[in-house]
Amino acid sequence: MNFFRFSSPQTFYPLAGRLVPLFAALAAACAVAGLYIGFFVAPSDAVQGEVYRIIHLHVAAAWMSMFIYLVMAFWSAVGLGLGTRLSFYMTQALAPTGAMFCFIALWTGALWGRPTWGAYWVWDARLTSQLLLLFLYFGFIALTRAIDDPRRADKAGAIIALVGAVNVPIIYFSVTWWNTLHQGASVKPGGSSMASVMLWAMLLCALAAWFYSLAVSLARARRIILERERHTEWAAAEIARRGAGGRAD
Amino acid sequence: MHWQSVSEFLAMGGRGAFVWGSYGVGLGLIALELWLLRRRQRSSLRRLSRLQQLERQKDRP
Repeated sequence: MNFFRFSSPQTFYPLAGRLVPLFAALAAACAVAGLYIGFFVAPSDAVQGEVYRIIHLHVAAAWMSMFIYLVMAFWSAVGLGLGTRLSFYMTQALAPTGAMFCFIALWTGALWGRPTWGAYWVWDARLTSQLLLLFLYFGFIALTRAIDDPRRADKAGAIIALVGAVNVPIIYFSVTWWNTLHQGASVKPGGSSMASVMLWAMLLCALAAWFYSLAVSLARARRIILERERHTEWAAAEIARRGAGGRAD
Repeated sequence: MHWQSVSEFLAMGGRGAFVWGSYGVGLGLIALELWLLRRRQRSSLRRLSRLQQLERQKDRP
């Protein structure tokens, strides 16, 4: 199978259309299972009581916010290196979802921090670098929307995504490099310090976040493809077909 | 089952505001994103379709 075939917007568009409902269904299934285990099967935590149940959402959102930024940086590098338009479309399709997960991570972290640490916010390395990630997302979105020429916007966005990617390992390793109030990683490659039922709830929520991000970014990429490729023959035909039928899917 | 009653579940050991404040805002934002995405898709398609019609009218002699 030739994967490069799908680097063309024309072949990617229908493939993405078929994958969106599949990923959406998987996201819903994982979310329901994860939340069920998180709220009804997992016992209370010996130290934190019930408030620890926030972490199932918090960790999934925080992982996703970092991972999406890395994927954006990857597509930006591919786009700048190979000049593939689709790479830039994907970068822009991912950014709003990444920003949303980044905000959820900060918000849930604050609501967990108040009863657990006694403060909604502290300027420790983990929290500060995660806040910087949110500003990088906002910067990327603002910059790509502020530039009228879409090709220049693509390149400017790609540079922000690449430069900002340096921040992601800083967030991840901040708890090891500095003496942070934020705890160290409970789940690392090769082992976990959590009870397995809590771990399962968290991993299912993380999987749900993955599938959700895939579904939403592919759906958004389809809209960007149609907007940017509207003068090509196939996109014009697709616009005429869907515009006439009024179908939103 | 871990919970004895619905009110015990909602109370979350006295931390209900924090737990439900987290999940409420998180799931609310996800619902908002899905709604905005759908709305934007529809308005984009309407705009592209309209542009196409205008361009075709212009091309006609």
